[in-house]
Amino acid sequence: MFKYLKQLTSLVAVVAVMLAFTTETMAAKKSKTLKNTQKKGFVRCGVSQGLPGFSNADASGNWTGVDVDVCRAVAAAVLGDANKVKFTPLSAKERFTALTSGEIDILSRNTTWTLSRDADIGLTFVGVNFYDGQGFMVRKSSGITSTSQFKNGISACTNIGTTTELNMRDFFNSKGISYEPVAFEKADEVVAAYDSGRCDTYTTDKSGLAAQRTKMQNPDEHIVLPETISKEPLGPVVRQGDSVWEDIVRWSLNVMIEAEEYGITSSNADSMKTSENPAIKRLVGAEGELGAAFGLDNDWSLRIIKQVGNYGESYKRNIADTGILPDRGPNQLWTKGGILYVPPAR
Amino acid sequence: MNVKVKKIVPQLITLVVVILIFGFFTYNAQINMDNRGIEFGYGFLKQESSFDVQFSLIEYDGSHSYARAYLVGLLNTLLVAFLGIIISTIIGVVVGIARLSPNYLIERSAAFYVEFFRNIPLLLQIFFWYFAALRALPLPQDSEAMFGVFYLTIKGFFMPRFIWENLDVLFYSIIAVIISIILIRNYAKKLQENEGKQLPVFSISIGLFIVLPLLTFLFAGVSLSFELPVLHQLSTTSFVYKGGLGIPPELIALTLALALYTATFIAECVRAGIQGISKGQKEAAASIGLTPNQVLKLVIMPQALRIIIPPTTNQYLNLTKNSSLAAAIAYPDLVLVFAGTALMQTGRAIEIVSITMFTYLSISLSISLLMNWYNKKIAIKEK
Repeated sequence: MFKYLKQLTSLVAVVAVMLAFTTETMAAKKSKTLKNTQKKGFVRCGVSQGLPGFSNADASGNWTGVDVDVCRAVAAAVLGDANKVKFTPLSAKERFTALTSGEIDILSRNTTWTLSRDADIGLTFVGVNFYDGQGFMVRKSSGITSTSQFKNGISACTNIGTTTELNMRDFFNSKGISYEPVAFEKADEVVAAYDSGRCDTYTTDKSGLAAQRTKMQNPDEHIVLPETISKEPLGPVVRQGDSVWEDIVRWSLNVMIEAEEYGITSSNADSMKTSENPAIKRLVGAEGELGAAFGLDNDWSLRIIKQVGNYGESYKRNIADTGILPDRGPNQLWTKGGILYVPPAR
Repeated sequence: MNVKVKKIVPQLITLVVVILIFGFFTYNAQINMDNRGIEFGYGFLKQESSFDVQFSLIEYDGSHSYARAYLVGLLNTLLVAFLGIIISTIIGVVVGIARLSPNYLIERSAAFYVEFFRNIPLLLQIFFWYFAALRALPLPQDSEAMFGVFYLTIKGFFMPRFIWENLDVLFYSIIAVIISIILIRNYAKKLQENEGKQLPVFSISIGLFIVLPLLTFLFAGVSLSFELPVLHQLSTTSFVYKGGLGIPPELIALTLALALYTATFIAECVRAGIQGISKGQKEAAASIGLTPNQVLKLVIMPQALRIIIPPTTNQYLNLTKNSSLAAAIAYPDLVLVFAGTALMQTGRAIEIVSITMFTYLSISLSISLLMNWYNKKIAIKEK
């Protein structure tokens, strides 16, 4: 009988451990994500598997890009060091599951903000760090210069699990053109298949096309057609249900954009503390108590600007200087003819 | 304490533990989904999918439901598994027998094939066949016609499509042929048992198979015409074949890779099966006057099959499961269409993954059941 008693006790122990674990999961404390991040000492950030300009790792494993900079800004604000980020490369298919399951805390992976994603699957979009639109790339030699020259039977390479697949259908249907969609799981295979001649056109966000073009065997042989067939506001995403964390990520991004608006850069941020303009003084932490609302100190925004730079610096470093999209287009400040407009940090 | 209780208690404890563990995970998932505002349910299957699929055996486009998209993926998976199993079995049997050939060259080539293909990871082979083929195949406008009507191009393999008239009559005639062949076989068996005479059943069957359908062509109005693939120009440098039947290069590459890989294992099963039969069997069969064909058909193969079938079943199952690697090269199988695009568009990870897992389980169990039934049928029946 003692033999069974022993088994029974171990069973009870197992059940007890399970229950303890369950109650821990259930305890929704105020910004668990912030607490966990500070405890771990790094921000867990989901990025792409390599999209130059947005999130791309170099040979030594350093991540760069405008999407990467959002995570770095959060790390600078929350942990005081923009390098304390653990990047997880994710495919389009894996990204939302990785976020909702808690494997990462920020998804900053050229993700389009749509109603169904925002409302339906436990995600919250915090803002837009790149205004994009879907376009088409074709071979120059094809003589095609506009999507109006597309004909029945065209084959189009793209990625699965993106809004691209849906837009493509809407576009071809509205034009009454029959097409062959060839959808791959990873971007590298899409590029390889298109480059080999399997597809007549390659369609994805225009920024993606510009970035992937640099990976082709002969980038000069390909052109991106002028038409834009969709709105693709790309931005960072967090899990639903932690509004403090959501605010931290949102305002880390907003601070970068507003800093550019006021001409605060990584190099002049310290000297801006003595500025006459109260808006500037608030951004560099010399006035007001902005950080307190998130449970952060008052230098959080100064650290973002000093360590990561403002939005313009990030864009120039990652997208313009690398030759991907030298022209900022809609991603220019509203004061300079673009549509970048963020609520005031006050 | 009596023996019965002693036996039952550990079983009960195991059962309770299993239920608790399962319950814990379900409960935990539920709590987490509630916390994150995700609702569980299969209602999304009825929604419009709004994405297109490259290749489908049934009529489908984005205006159909997710349930229909699931069916498209499932059928594509079954198609590649079916083709893969047939081709790998043929290659496997040929190579397996070749490995026992007394001809040194044949034996060595077969051995080389087996060692080479089974020792390279399957995913690499799939990539190799796909991208090697894409690089090697001509553009549609450069492709040379094979036999005048077949075109192998980078955009796929194009061939004439059959257009049947009164296909049902032909279909009935084939059923009639099959029934008469069964009757003839039974009659031949009786004839041999009662009078010792042998009928040339095989030749008669072949004859029936040719003559009866031919008669339907001549007298029952069955006819066949072809729709040939025609080259169309899309732009200055890009062309495509339209009309006819097009097989995408993704399907060809995937089937080829799966078949060549799995065939190596089947070849080894076949070799083991044949070598497992003692030489005495063959010699004894020959000594009672059976022809070499009869020796193989009546003595060696029935015994060898008993050794070959169970491990070959495993290979069929592996092939079917390995077909899920299709996603890497854009072949729209169940994983790509349903557990890929549909999962992404709906965000219903738990629902879709559970359906997909259950589907693969069902496919595998069906193959298993079928093969076990066949195995039982050919097993030694002790009288």
